[in-house]
Amino acid sequence: MHRLLIFAFVASTCLLSAPAWAQSLKIALSSEPTAIDPHYHDLTPNNALAAHIFDGLTKQDEQQKVLPNLATSWENDGQSRWTFKLREGVTFSNGQPFTADDVIFSFCRTLKNETAIAGSFADITGNFTAVEAPDPQTIVITTKAPDPLLPNFLSSIAILSSSILPHDKLTFDVAKNCGVTGAWPVVGDFNDGKLAIGTGPYKFKSYTKGTSVELERNDKYWGQSEPWANVTFVPVPNAGPRLAGLLAGDYDVIENPAARDVARIKDDKRFSYVITPSTRVIYFQLDVEREPSPFVKAENGKNPLKDPKVRKAMSLAIDRDAIIKRIMDGAAEPAYQFLPNGMFGALENPPKLAYDPAAAKKLLAEAGYPNGFQITLSTTNDRYINDSQITQAVAQYLTQVGIRSEVDAMARAIYFPRRAKKEFSVALGGWGSTSGEASSFLKQWAATPDEAKTIGGSNYGGYADPEFDKLIRTAITTLDDAKRAEILKQAGVKVIEGGAFIPLHFESTIWAYKANLKYTGRADQFTMAMQVKPAK
Amino acid sequence: MTASRVVAADADTALRYKVLRRIKSRPTTRGAVILLGILLLLALLAPFIAPQNPHDLASLSVMDNRLEPGSQGMTGITYWLGTDAQGRDMLSAILYGLRTSLLVGLTSTAGALGIGVFAGLVAAQFGGTIDAAIMRVVDFMLGFPSILIALVLLASIGRGVDKVIIAIILVQWAQYARLMRAAALVERRKEYIEAAVNFGLPTRHIMLAHLLPNSISSVLVVSTISIAGAITLEATLSFLGVGVPVTQPSLGLLIANGFEFLLSGEYWIAAFPGIALVLLIMSLNLVGERLRRSFNVRGQ
Amino acid sequence: MTAYILQRLIQSVLVLLAVSIVVFLAVYGIGDPIELLVPPQVSAAERMAMIQRLGLDLPAWQQYLGFLGNALKGDLGYSFVHGVPAVDLILARLPATFELVLLAMSLAAIIGIPLGLLAGLNPESRPSRAIMAGTILGFSLPSFWKGMMLILLFSVFLGWLPTAGRGETVSVLGIPTSLLTLDGLKHLALPALNLAIPNMALMIRLVAAGTTEAMTQDYVKYARAKGVRSRRIVGRHVLRNILIPVVTVAGMEFGSLVAFSTITETVFAWPGMGKLLIDSIYQLDRPVVVAYVMLATLLFVAVNFLVDILYAALDPRVNLTGEMA
Repeated sequence: MHRLLIFAFVASTCLLSAPAWAQSLKIALSSEPTAIDPHYHDLTPNNALAAHIFDGLTKQDEQQKVLPNLATSWENDGQSRWTFKLREGVTFSNGQPFTADDVIFSFCRTLKNETAIAGSFADITGNFTAVEAPDPQTIVITTKAPDPLLPNFLSSIAILSSSILPHDKLTFDVAKNCGVTGAWPVVGDFNDGKLAIGTGPYKFKSYTKGTSVELERNDKYWGQSEPWANVTFVPVPNAGPRLAGLLAGDYDVIENPAARDVARIKDDKRFSYVITPSTRVIYFQLDVEREPSPFVKAENGKNPLKDPKVRKAMSLAIDRDAIIKRIMDGAAEPAYQFLPNGMFGALENPPKLAYDPAAAKKLLAEAGYPNGFQITLSTTNDRYINDSQITQAVAQYLTQVGIRSEVDAMARAIYFPRRAKKEFSVALGGWGSTSGEASSFLKQWAATPDEAKTIGGSNYGGYADPEFDKLIRTAITTLDDAKRAEILKQAGVKVIEGGAFIPLHFESTIWAYKANLKYTGRADQFTMAMQVKPAK
Repeated sequence: MTASRVVAADADTALRYKVLRRIKSRPTTRGAVILLGILLLLALLAPFIAPQNPHDLASLSVMDNRLEPGSQGMTGITYWLGTDAQGRDMLSAILYGLRTSLLVGLTSTAGALGIGVFAGLVAAQFGGTIDAAIMRVVDFMLGFPSILIALVLLASIGRGVDKVIIAIILVQWAQYARLMRAAALVERRKEYIEAAVNFGLPTRHIMLAHLLPNSISSVLVVSTISIAGAITLEATLSFLGVGVPVTQPSLGLLIANGFEFLLSGEYWIAAFPGIALVLLIMSLNLVGERLRRSFNVRGQ
Repeated sequence: MTAYILQRLIQSVLVLLAVSIVVFLAVYGIGDPIELLVPPQVSAAERMAMIQRLGLDLPAWQQYLGFLGNALKGDLGYSFVHGVPAVDLILARLPATFELVLLAMSLAAIIGIPLGLLAGLNPESRPSRAIMAGTILGFSLPSFWKGMMLILLFSVFLGWLPTAGRGETVSVLGIPTSLLTLDGLKHLALPALNLAIPNMALMIRLVAAGTTEAMTQDYVKYARAKGVRSRRIVGRHVLRNILIPVVTVAGMEFGSLVAFSTITETVFAWPGMGKLLIDSIYQLDRPVVVAYVMLATLLFVAVNFLVDILYAALDPRVNLTGEMA
């Protein structure tokens, strides 16, 4: 009996290790989605995975421009009322037709989502005062305040099938449970796939935490059919093994190989790669408010970071190009503002933030610090690409102009809580714009906080510029795109001139893949099977 | 009483003599002692012999980073063992790293030894509830993997050489307490102690003048091996991202920094400091092991 | 006897309690998980709601009591990061760790016992000394560096074995294992070797010491005098005698490796329990860390308890008042 069993296993092993079909695709991820539930946690890997199985009303293209998805068109009444026309002839992977009811159901779920991490989509739907369906192909959303970015944000809310729960007539009435009669699902309920029913190009097959997520082509997909019958995502957190797996033929596509390793596949005809600039900006946030600041020691006992001249000097002391070349191995773009040019509300030609140590020393002397001062740069060591190395390099540059710098590197688990308690004087930060708009960084980091902390929630350095505040507050409620872009540009210039944030670079994302494939990189850093096509 | 002490002391001297002779006669052990001496000397003289001060950020240049062994830097300096990601000369970094590793190893062992010996002595002397309480704490500490305790502790108190030392003392004192207690219990049953007790000598005097000197040798012997353990622990903690500050790398941190470059073929960042670390630990272990055998201590 | 069992039982419970307090407070001290979980743009009200849902607004002791209450009902909490029961997460990682440790300990025994015998039979010979010096090296190599060098040698330079991760698995009775696939074994080889080396050294030393001691025993001398072949002496008398301590130590090592092989799993990105523990610490996933340590402690305490009871039952010399040196 035992022998028979073993034989069976060996046989099945041989079958498993047989050459994969040409139609299947294996992708190695650097970080694993934490759940299948698309409304659980608003994280890049989770959202990227959800986009395979589920559609939103809208979607963002490679450059984060908003495109139609389950909604074919939308219009706004110049105030807070939006009308979305829904796509016809769409069915879920279980065969149920897609209607306005599913939209209401999904919006309700984000608000009746017991296990979700705060800020995961409920912050969007929580702003809706009404959602109505005048007919099955139309959705009318009314928001509390005018929100020009609503179509952008709706791209991230996955539409579930209302057929997964028993319900009466569905209405957007959260107090009355929206008409749902069953218990709202929690995150764990999605992991076996029974509830993971969407309209996306792929459907869920299996999920083993830490091992793999398997998808298969959704033959009922309304759009163009995908070339891959099966897609497997494998989490491989270390960059080296990920690349080794690609070289060995285990994976077809890998995300985020180390930039220095790109040289190894450059001359190899079997592989190809793409480097795509992302919207994630890496910067230092300075404490420009407190006197004294905890990690600054100057001879005069003051906080030199309050002096704009000192801030300017610090920016001048840093050789951004050298950091990109030597630490980032070329996989980054120098940042002279907080969103790359070409994106909405970013400057087309921002003035270059040059490297000029002599000018930096001169400015320091003018500011009354000819002998510099002492400072500690705080940084994560496990969050952004090369974060602690970048900070150490900056410490070198600052020390060379007389600002004697120490580096305190720590895990994000320790760093983020401490930064939120304003324990640092100079703190490394990273921010990717989910909306693809300049407002994202500016309102979150540079604005003076309001009561509810909906803006300025990360202004840990106490930056305060009333003119800028006025601009950003106007911008986020201006529906006219041209006008809004103009105001955002003015606001961005103010923050750069203020110098309380020293931008370093925009991270670039790298994907490496077999040469018989073609991959289109995305600015939002999502790794998706939909970006992979067979090369002609 | 005095006589017994003299005899004991004599036996001790004879034993010590024997140990010295055995160390001299064994080629491996002799090699280890010489190696250890060289490493200590290098660590001590690091500021004078290192081509670069790797702790001084102003003397580093990121433009010289990740150069192969034997490369020449922009300022004309030759990096015999290559450079790391920050442009640190690996040779200098290793010399300074040896210093940090030894400093951490020696101080934390001394600290743990002090606390452990005191606790063990008290437990042995007073017995009863005090003994039980101390030993339960000891059991508790020894039941956990030390790396885990130190990791969690350092995660909450932050980086720093001083903090690493505190963490290592915290996880290592217990083993000394256990050893000391066992040795002191044996000693306490000896006649001269009983005589001293009957004589009405104060407890403190008995503990410090008799129990301590006559039972500490085994603990001291084991501590040589524990220095190696402490150094390994520091290296592992630095590898895990807690430990010494990144601008003052220890051997462990240098290795950790080299890990990600290993697969890209830039082996020297992790390999050379690792060799230094292994030589250090190995020589300590060899010497400690020989000492232990010669004194016939059943450690750990 | 009943009194003794009762006393040991109370002691075990006290140890569990003490561990739970210490672990809870230690993880509590690292940092506030909210800052890791909740994106910064979330409104203050929503953030507060989340804090209350997780019970993080309560003082530490109340949080602890809440945890304790649930633990007594068998609920060790839900992962902050994944939203599923912490115990499920841990158990899902058990097979990977188990197979790794199993292979490592087998390697250690298969290589360690013969070498130990060899070294123990002729302790003063040259090969024996080399073996014993080798064991010191085995103890001296820091696990993480040794792992890296194995990767450097076998993966980077020679290209024989994969660098990290778990290979192909097949399901046996519902449990995924990579012991039965070639790819799986290739992935297992380096981490298992890394774990095996110090244990091999331990095995060699134990066996060598035991052998040397056994060879001086009267019954061995007698057997020798009778002209029994040395192979038979070793096989029948020596081995049998040293096997008990070896099995005991190997068993204990096995247990602690399954629970805490964190470093090796980290270096080789092995998706086992040790890696989960480290990841959970770094993610401030408090329920997982606490549940993990509690489960491990429970296991150890239970084993110790049983062993003590067995000893007491078998060996009349053990002092039943619980004062064991």
